[in-house]
Amino acid sequence: MNWIYEPWPWYVSGPMIALIMFLLLMVGKRFGMSSNLRTMCTICGAGNKVDFFKFDWKAQRWNLIVVLGAIIGGFISAHFLSVDTAVAITPDTISDLQSLGFNSAGKAYLPIELYDLEALTDFKSLAILTISGLMVGFGTRYAGGCTSGHAISGLSELQLPSLIAVIGFFIGGLTMIHFIFPLLF
Amino acid sequence: MRTVSYLLIGIVFGITMFKSEAASWFRIYEMFKFESFHMYGIIGSALVIGIIIVQSIKRFKIKSFHGEEIKFSPKAKSFSRYMFGGIIFGLGWALAGTCPGPMFTLLGAGYLPILVVIAGSILGTFLYGLFKDKLPH
Repeated sequence: MNWIYEPWPWYVSGPMIALIMFLLLMVGKRFGMSSNLRTMCTICGAGNKVDFFKFDWKAQRWNLIVVLGAIIGGFISAHFLSVDTAVAITPDTISDLQSLGFNSAGKAYLPIELYDLEALTDFKSLAILTISGLMVGFGTRYAGGCTSGHAISGLSELQLPSLIAVIGFFIGGLTMIHFIFPLLF
Repeated sequence: MRTVSYLLIGIVFGITMFKSEAASWFRIYEMFKFESFHMYGIIGSALVIGIIIVQSIKRFKIKSFHGEEIKFSPKAKSFSRYMFGGIIFGLGWALAGTCPGPMFTLLGAGYLPILVVIAGSILGTFLYGLFKDKLPH
């Protein structure tokens, strides 16, 4: 059982994601996490101002419970299922990141330069976290789904719209890493 | 009982996201640099199995655990919303290093600054709703 404390290889993780999608279908639901952000807007009262948020959020309660599970799963993993959470990215990636100033590359789960509590007092880090969040939220709703809804569910159903969205995800991601990162860091 | 099943599925999802390192900013960066097969292996294998699952459900008319028919509804036809929305999402995904599922896993794992990303995404979703009618769909 020691393998469970190690990072899971792709050939365990990928089938696990497919299993999660299958289980959700079998309980009559669809795998898609970004809908929860819309539900949260509605719970915060956004329906009073914008019609897009005027819907019966209780019908989405099940998905919020999945989110609660995802939070608990993160807690369990970090506290009980991991010995060392440093991510063993390839040496090339580590040297790329070090040249950009990310010295925690290869030594942590998330870059301390962005995700350490002290980063919250740094204007640049705070701005990056805020703006990236805004783009994730805006883009995912505009595209009608995120990695789970399009890249996993939609592509599994061989839906063309999901293929277009996933191509968009990669155009955006590659642009950010290859062209905008050198300007930002 | 159904509530418990959603919670358990969510917990398995959260553990999978964390242990697969799909919730790690570093893995997302590495993926967009094409420097490792890891993320492509995860998404690719999930997809191959996912396609087999969906096709099997359709062909053999597999019913849900609750005996209901499993329906797949086609997404609305469009190019611009998927492409433009996808690009904006991709920019944020690469910068934050997280997407709408794993961000909650990271919160549970104790990385509190992720709350800023979560709040940003909720606000971003709100802004989309606000400007929805002015955007090409």
